[in-house]
Amino acid sequence: MHPAFSVIFLTTLIGVGQGLFLALFTAQSYAAVGFISIDNPRLFYSVGSLLSLGFLIAGLFASFFHLGHPERAWRSAARWRTSWLSREVIALPVMMGIVFIYGLMHYMGWNPNIIGASNPLQGQLTLFVGILGTIVAFTLFLCTGMIYACIKFLQEWHTPLTVINYILLGTASGFMFATLYAAYMAPNLVTMYGTWTIIITLVALVTRVWALIRNARIKHRSSLQTAIGVRHTGIVQKSMGMMGGSFNTREYFHGTSPEFFNLMKWSFLVLVFPAALILLWLGLESETNGHYNTKLLALAFAVQYAGLVAERWFFFAQAKHPQNLYYQTVG
Amino acid sequence: MTQLALIIDLNVCVGCHACVTSCKQWNTSGPAGYLSDDNPYGADPTGTFFNRVQSFEIGEYPNTETVHFPKSCLHCEDPPCVPVCPTGASYKREQDGIVLVDYDKCIGCKYCSWACPYGARELDEHMKVMKKCTLCVDRIYDESLPENERRPACVLACPTNARLFGDVHDPDSEVSVKIREEGGYQLMPEWGTNPANHYLPRRKQKITIHEDELIRADNPLRKEGTHPPQVIEEPTLDDVTSW
Ligand code: SF4
Ligand code: SF4
Repeated sequence: MHPAFSVIFLTTLIGVGQGLFLALFTAQSYAAVGFISIDNPRLFYSVGSLLSLGFLIAGLFASFFHLGHPERAWRSAARWRTSWLSREVIALPVMMGIVFIYGLMHYMGWNPNIIGASNPLQGQLTLFVGILGTIVAFTLFLCTGMIYACIKFLQEWHTPLTVINYILLGTASGFMFATLYAAYMAPNLVTMYGTWTIIITLVALVTRVWALIRNARIKHRSSLQTAIGVRHTGIVQKSMGMMGGSFNTREYFHGTSPEFFNLMKWSFLVLVFPAALILLWLGLESETNGHYNTKLLALAFAVQYAGLVAERWFFFAQAKHPQNLYYQTVG
Repeated sequence: MTQLALIIDLNVCVGCHACVTSCKQWNTSGPAGYLSDDNPYGADPTGTFFNRVQSFEIGEYPNTETVHFPKSCLHCEDPPCVPVCPTGASYKREQDGIVLVDYDKCIGCKYCSWACPYGARELDEHMKVMKKCTLCVDRIYDESLPENERRPACVLACPTNARLFGDVHDPDSEVSVKIREEGGYQLMPEWGTNPANHYLPRRKQKITIHEDELIRADNPLRKEGTHPPQVIEEPTLDDVTSW
C-alpha cells in the first residue's frame, strides 16, 4: 500500500495523546491509593490533559488531509454498525471530550466523592471519569487497529498483532512523553513513568518483531492464477490496459526502492526501541537533586516518535494488496 | 431476488478495448458527472475508468496463448467494499444487486478501495469521490431507449459478443445457462466475495482423428486402377463392417 502521511500522523499523534492520558490516569490511580504523591495535582492533571488533547487534535487535523471531501466528514459517523472507520470517527471525539472534561474537572476542582466521603479513596468523580477515559482510549486503539486488521485479504494486517501493536506503540510513546512532562511538572514521577515506558517499549518490541516474523513468512492466498482464473504456472501480464498510471498504480504501491524499504524497517527498529530506550535511560540517570536533564528526555521522545513515523510508513508499505496482481506491466 | 451481472467470455474477447471506450464515453457524459482525465495527450496521462482490458500471456514460447481480460466491478454478492464505508455512500441495491456509490455522500476516504481485492474502484482525482462500474444503471432502466438498447454500454459495443448481461439469479436466463453449461467461474474465490460477474474460460474445439480416418482407404479410384493401389494391408473398416 502507498503510505499516506495524513494517516501516518493521525495514527501516531493520537497514539501519543491516548498514551499520555493513560499515563495521567495511572498517576492519579497510584496517588489515590497512596503509592505516590503529587505536589500540585491541579496543574499536573489539567496541563497534562491539555497536552493530550493537543496531540489528539493534531491527529484529527492530519486526518482531514486524507479526505477528498473533508467538509462532509460528519457523514462518516453513519455506519458505525459495520465500519471500524466509522467507529473510530465516533471514538476520537469522545476521547477528546473526556480528556477535556477530565482536565477541566481537575482544574476547577470539581471532584466530589460520589461513593462516600468516608471512603479511603478520595477524588472519586475524577477517578470515575478517568476509568471511562481509559475504556474509551482502549476502544479508540481497537478501532484504529481494526480498520487495518479487518481487511482479510491484506494478509500482513489481518492479525490481532496489528491491534496489539497500535496499543503498545501508542501507549509507549504516550508514557515517554509523560516522562518528559513529569520532569518539568512532577520530578518525583519520572522514575515511575520511565520504568513503565521501558516495560511497555520492550513488550512492544516483542510483539512488533513477532509481527515482522509472521509477515516475512506469509503465503499469499491470491495469485495470478486465481486473479484471472487460468490454471497454468506460467502466466505473465503483457498489458495492464493503459500506458499511463491510474489510481490503481498509485494507491497500492509504495513506489520506493527495496533499499529504502529496508532502510525504513531498520530505522524504526533502531529508533523506536534501542535508541529511544538508551536516551531515556541516560535521561533517568541524569538526576541531580531531583532535577532531570530534560533535553535528553525530549530527545528520547523525539527519537521514538520519529521512529514511529517510520514504523507506520513501513506498516503501510509492507502490505501487499491483491489488486497489484492486475497491475504489473505497463502496456 | 434479482442479481444483474456481466458474463465475460474469454474465449471470444479479442482485446479491442471497444468496451473500455464506450464505457468511458457513456459514463463521462451522464448526469452523475465526468470521469476525469489528466494530460490525456501529454507525457504522463492518467484517468478514471470503470473498465479496463488487460492482456496476459499464458505458457512459454512457442506454446503460448494470449488471454485478453476485461475487468470492472464484479458486483459481488457479498461485497467487502460496502460494510467498510463509514458514510453509507457505498451500497448494494436490494432490487437488482448493483453495487453503487452515492457521489453526494462519499467523503473520498478511499477505504472501500482498500477493501476491494480486485482493484475495481478508482478515486476520481478531480471530483474527489470514489468511482466504479454502475452496470449503466442510468440506461438499463431508461424506457426512452429501445428495449434492446437497455443494456450496459460495454455490452452493446462489444463486436464479438464477449459480454453478456442478465440476471444470474434466474436459473433460466441466458447468463445463468452460460455459466452452468460453459464453465463460468468467479475471480479470486478465496475471499468469499461471491462476485456476480462471471468469466467463461477458454474452450478449445478438439476432435480425435485416427490414422485410417485420414486416408480414404476405400477410394473407388484405387479399385478402378486410376490411383495407385491400396497400401493398407489389414482389412479396412469397410471390409469388416456391413453398413
Ligand atoms: S468487485 Fe470490488 S468494488 Fe465491486 S462489489 Fe466486489 S469488492 Fe466491491
Ligand atoms: S471513499 Fe467514499 S464510498 Fe469509499 S469508503 Fe470512503 S466514503 Fe465510502
